[in-house]
Formats: sequence, C-alpha cells, structure tokens
Amino acid sequence: MADGIGRVRFMDAQRVNLDGFATEDARLGMIAYDSPADPAPSLVVRDGRVVEMDGRAEADFDSIDEFIARHGLDLDVAGEAMALDDLAYARMLVDPSVPRAELVRLAAGMTPAKLAAPLGLLRPAELMIAMTKVRARRTPSNQAHVTNRLDDPLLLAADAATAAAFGFRELETTVPVLDDAPSNALAVTLGSVVGAAGVLVQCSVEEALELELGMRGFVSYAETVSLYGTHEVFVDGDDTPWSKALLASAYASRGVKMRVTSGGGAEALMGGAQGYSMFYLEARCVALARAIGAQGVQNGGIDSASVAASVPKGVRSLTAENLMVMLRNLESCSGNDALMSESEMRRTARTLPTLLAGSDFICSGFGSIQRFDNMFGPSNLNAEDIDDFLAIQRDWGVDGGLRTADTAELEHLRRRAAQVARDVYAWFGLADYTDQQVELAVDAAGSKDLGATDTLAVLNAAHTIKTSGLTGLDVVSALEQCGYPDEARRLLDMLAARVSGDYLQTAAIFDEQMNVLSLVTDPNDYLGPGTGYEPTPGRQAEIDAIRQQRSVDDLRRAQDDSEEFARFAVVGQASAGTAAGEVVIGLSPAVGRAISRTLSGLTVSEVLAEVLAGLEEEGCTARLVRINDSIDLGSIGLKAARLAGSGIGIGLQAKGTALIHRRDLSPLANLELYSVAPTIGRADYRLLGVNAGRHAKGATPDPARNPYSDEAIEARYHTRVVALVAIERSLTTGGGPEELRWKGER
Amino acid sequence: MSGTGGRAWSGREASELSVEGVVGGELGPDDIRISPETLRHQADVARAHGNPQLAANFERAAELTGFEESEILALYELLRPGRTSAEQLRARADELEARSAPICAAFVREAATVYERTGLTA
Repeated sequence: MADGIGRVRFMDAQRVNLDGFATEDARLGMIAYDSPADPAPSLVVRDGRVVEMDGRAEADFDSIDEFIARHGLDLDVAGEAMALDDLAYARMLVDPSVPRAELVRLAAGMTPAKLAAPLGLLRPAELMIAMTKVRARRTPSNQAHVTNRLDDPLLLAADAATAAAFGFRELETTVPVLDDAPSNALAVTLGSVVGAAGVLVQCSVEEALELELGMRGFVSYAETVSLYGTHEVFVDGDDTPWSKALLASAYASRGVKMRVTSGGGAEALMGGAQGYSMFYLEARCVALARAIGAQGVQNGGIDSASVAASVPKGVRSLTAENLMVMLRNLESCSGNDALMSESEMRRTARTLPTLLAGSDFICSGFGSIQRFDNMFGPSNLNAEDIDDFLAIQRDWGVDGGLRTADTAELEHLRRRAAQVARDVYAWFGLADYTDQQVELAVDAAGSKDLGATDTLAVLNAAHTIKTSGLTGLDVVSALEQCGYPDEARRLLDMLAARVSGDYLQTAAIFDEQMNVLSLVTDPNDYLGPGTGYEPTPGRQAEIDAIRQQRSVDDLRRAQDDSEEFARFAVVGQASAGTAAGEVVIGLSPAVGRAISRTLSGLTVSEVLAEVLAGLEEEGCTARLVRINDSIDLGSIGLKAARLAGSGIGIGLQAKGTALIHRRDLSPLANLELYSVAPTIGRADYRLLGVNAGRHAKGATPDPARNPYSDEAIEARYHTRVVALVAIERSLTTGGGPEELRWKGER
Repeated sequence: MSGTGGRAWSGREASELSVEGVVGGELGPDDIRISPETLRHQADVARAHGNPQLAANFERAAELTGFEESEILALYELLRPGRTSAEQLRARADELEARSAPICAAFVREAATVYERTGLTA
C-alpha cells in the first residue's frame, strides 16, 4: 500500500513541489518584510550633519550607513519626508493626481527604513500602478542574456544578432571560463551591430576586468557592480561603498553607462542577513545605489530570487524592490532574470506584474538562448519562452520590448553575424573558422548543435585580444576593411556616443535611429488613464503581428483541395427514401466546395469512407445529401434523418463534428454526438457508421466515449472553428438539399 | 546622432567622427573619449533632473578623465577592503589634490576616516 492517498500523491508529483518553500525565520533573514530586528525609521540632523539614521547613532554607523548618511539623503526635504505618514505616502503612490516628480522629491529625503515602510503597505495591484507611474523612462525596454556553454564566437555573434532582431536593446554576456571574456565581449558586440543599430552590450565578469573591457570599447555598459545590505557581506564581496562609488565614476570618466546590482535574499543566502528582513536590507542597497551616483539598479531578487520566493510575500517584495529603485529616481532593470521556480505558473506569475506595469527593462536578462546555454544559469524566461512572451504581450496589448522577427530575415542576420565574426577574427589573426562552422552556427538552436568545437581556439583568441591592446576603434576599422561598412558605422556610433555622454543619464537606451531615450529625453509622464506611454501604431502592429496569426483567407487557402472537391458531384434535388435499411448522411454546405479537411486532419472523404464502411458492416445502405440551408449540425442531422428510409440520419460538418439523429426527435436532441472534432479518428467514424446502422435496424448500439485528453483543445482549434464556420455560413444558399454522388476510395 | 554632441577629449567635434577617419588612422582613442567639460555639463543635467548624487558622480568622473586607465584601476584596487592603511589612503588623496582632482581627494580622505573606524584598512 502506498503512503497517503492517491489524490495527494498526485499533487506531490507536480513540478511546483520541486521548489523549496521555507518557514519564515527572521534570525536567518528568511523573512520578506518586517523582521523584528528591522529598525523604526529615524533621522536626526544636527548642524546639517546626520547624527542618527534608522535608530543607529553616528558613532555606530557601519560603512553603508555612513555612505548613505553623508551622500545619499536630500536634507532639505528630509524633515518633510520623514514626518510624512506612511499610509499617506502609500496613497500618493497610487493617486493619479500626484505626479512622479513629487514622489521622487519626497523619497530623496527618506532613510532606507522610511521608504521601505509605505512600500510594504502596497498590495500587488497598487505596486503595479505605482510602477507604471514612477519608472523613469516612458518607453519600456528589455535586456537579453547572450551566452553559450562553449563560448563559441560564431554562435555568440549569431545569437546576439538574433536577440537584437527580437527587439532587445541591451545584451548581456558572460563566460563559463573567465579568460574567454574578451572574446565573448567582441563576438556579442559584432553580432549586435549586425542585428540592429544602437544595441548596448555588456560582459558580466569580475569588476576590474569588466571595467577594462568597457574602457577599451569592447562593451558599452556595465552592470555587474554588486551592492549588499550589510557591511559584512559587502566586504565579503571584496568591495566597500567607496570602491563601488569609484567604479561608478571610473565608467563615467570614459563615457560608459553603468548600473549596480543588488536584490533581496542575497544576504540571507550568504549567511549575513543579521536578522533583518530582505526588504529592509534591499532598501539599504537601493539608498546606497543612489548615494554612490549610479544611474540605475538591477534588482528584484537576481541570483537570490528563489530565496526570496521561498518565503511568504517574497515574490511581492521583489516587485516592491523594483518600485523602490524607481522612487529613488533611478533606472530599474527589473530582475525576472533567474529561474525562480520549476513551476510554469509560478515563474509566469512572478514576471507578469512587471510586464503589465512596464519597466525600464522588464527583465534584467531574458535568456535569449536556450536554458542549457545560459551561463548565468537559466533565466526566468529563456529562448523556450520567446513565443510565449510575444503572445502575452499581444494578449494584454502591452509593450514588453520584444517583437516578432521574420524567419527569412533572422536567417540572413544570423549568417551575416557569423560571417562578420569569422572575418573579423581572421583579420586580427585571432582564429580561423570554416564555412561549415559558419553554417552550423547559423542553423544552431543552441551550442549542442555545433558538434565538436575547438575551445582552446577561443581561449587563444581571448588572450590575444587582451594582450594585444586592441580597442573598439580597431574593430571599427576591421569591419570596414572586411567589407561591412554598415556594421562599422554602427559600432563607431556606439563608441562616439561616449563623447556626448547623453547615455550616461538615467535609464538611457538608444532607439534604432541612435536617439537617446532616457529620463531626460523620454520622461515618464503617466498620470492616470489616457496618459503615459502608449505604443505608436507601428509599434502596436509589431506587438500584434505574431508570426502564428492566421486569417480566414489563410485558412481558406489551406483548405483549397480541388482533388478532394472533385470527388463530390451533384446528382439533383434530394428526395425522401423508402428502403428500410437506408441511412442518409447529411453534409454541411462547405463539403465538396470549400473545406477539404476536418480538424483532426482527415479529409472529408476519408471520414466518409469510414462511416460508409461502418454502415456496410451493419448491412445498411447510405445516401449522401448536402444540406444547403443550415450550418447547424442538429438541423443537418435531423433533415438527413427525415430523408432516410430508416428514419436514421447522420449529420457531418466539414470540420468533422458528427451526430446520429432520428426523424421524430427535436433538432437539439440526438442519439449520439461526436463533438470534439480534433480528437475524432478513423475508428470513431467507423463506430459512428456502425452505431447509426444499429439504430436503423432497431438494435442497441454501445455508445461512443470521448477519448482521454488533457490538451487545450479549444485553444488549439477555436480560431480555426471560427474561420471554418464563417466559410460554411458564406456557402449557406438557402436552397433545398442536394443528392450527391461521391467517388471515394474504400 | 542626436543629443548634445560636443567635443571629445581631443577637442574634435563628435560630428567629425567617420569610419574613413578611423581606417585612415586620423582618429584615435582620444577622439571617442569624453571630456571633463561634457561630464560637468551632464552633471548639471542630472542635478536639474532631481539627482544630485548622479551629478556628484559625474563631477568625480570629470576629474578622472585625465587619469590613465591603469591609474584608475589602481585607485579602485586601493579602495577595496583591507588593501592599505589610512595613512596611505591620505597620501593618495594628497596626490589627487596635486593633480587637480580635489573632489576625488576629499572622497578618498573620507574613505580613510571611515575605513579606520570600521575596520576596512589593511
């Protein structure tokens, strides 16, 4: 005997139960909001100097307190902001009459604990409204991970071009082998300029190497500048607030965009939460991010998203973290970048609010490659989910930053990107790749499709890039001389953007005309319904026109089969029969004219062959009659029954739905209904014929059962049904029934 | 190109940058390097858009434009935890002061004091 009951064993076996769920434990920091250790908000300023913050006296400040107190607070508004009632501020966040600027002004004077308090009061829908209002940039966008397990440059380039074609405006790569980093940065940059103009590129590696890659022009932004909410964990990360602030300035000194990274649960994961809640520690990180002068923050769990998600309200707190970044007047790169559940529903539910509300970057890394190739670890969304994401964008009519890429265009871009990478690598003497390797990369859905590759060649290429002093300008020159002038121009534009520094401002991206969209040039102006971002008609068309959509005309063309239609010939007006064993098969108006195949994929003739064989088994005869004044199956079946000598009729719609009827019944009553057309196979139609024959003879048939199915039959077929019914209706002439001759194969 | 344009570190206008110039060797790294004047302008923009901290970052950065990349990397390394003493940090601050980087100098001095108190010195 198995343990427990089958019902619970069945539930235990569902994928969501692979996830870890933790009991709240404040001592370990395994608590989303409101740990007993979290301080009450406080701020004491004496002679213009902060001497107490969030319950801690100046003498006891740790390095994080100290940096926030000295640099992070607007003391001119602090008095007003700290005195504000938490609920009053929470209500302002969702009040359409309170503009973003006012919320941001007040937040600047709030300590970490003070800003955390009202955000803890917001319900999920309120968080979403606030995000819609407070994010920095009006136009939402999205970021992709582009990596592969082999660090193969041709595949990286092809996948970078692909990600750009799908609409991602930032591409983030990283390495399984640290020394490969310069090669990955170069390959993704090359692919990005093939895919689109103005795509930002990042290579996430150790701080100093990432800075060097940025300074040399191999990447155009940086993000892997991690902040933590406790002094100890910060130091474990081998940095201090001052070293991080200097990094921020270092990037700016070379005109390179950067943001920092934090995220709830990180401190608990590293065993250093000191009893504080995840949200309070994140509030410290975000306040510090503002204080050091970063323009934006990647947060919302990130690597520790599943830690946050394991406790009550943890997922809610991840979204609240993103909102907190927005309130600190910073760019939000909103997490959704680590697979936080084995459950399709949980991971979707985690991301949906961000997508619906809109963010500067919906994902701080949508895995544009397959899960196994994501060297950050699988993202919450990956190549497996791109079509899902596109469909969800379309469902809700929201802009998640992505678009459908035409298949032929994708192939062209992938080939060009792989060729560019091969030619530039050859130009610099980094590596030699063959035409066959190019073609493998073009076609590959992932690195498993590349076969055996020479990973040492990548290492050599990376080493040469690092030691030869190559710069981004050298790559521009190589592109031009290898015969890729458009790509050379695009890369030079990205490098030249450093001169003006406009893309250093908050939430800056480029559009494909190289216009900077940022807090400064494209500020969010949401103030309730009818205001704020709306996709342009062109952008809306991109969102709507997914490649899977079909029109009635598309379906009509697919159903056009002259060979099938020629099997049916009109003999004349149908009249009532008298033979005792005669069954009439009533056919819908489109049979033999416009619809050739049923929803299960059989031709109408294949269906008829089975039905007729079943009738023949029972010793019955059959006539075919097309009903021209109704598309209703009950009516078709009943009319057929009234023409049949036996009084038994079969109704068959061209899409495959069928029933058995008798002449003395009302139209909606019938003897047997075969309603789920997509699942009705040959054997079922044979049984239909047999059972109709038995009814005709007065015998008792064994009724048909629906087959086992867990498919979303309606989702798969209802759009086709709508089109097929429209075709049927267009052929309803109102004329009387016609006797048909059918030349089928039995 | 949109935006404020402006002159690169070399003095060349951003609008003068061309692929031909790169291939012909007339353009070099200093032609795609941001100038301190531009960073100070961006600091003004950031301040006008409610972010004085971002402005302060750009002002530190403006001072760092004149430093070699290796020098900046070395300064970063020095500010990481446990790398050096408060005295050495203050000495480095004096060097920064002498090289027209007073904001960065004050920043490093502040770090020296905090590092001493919070155990971040070597």
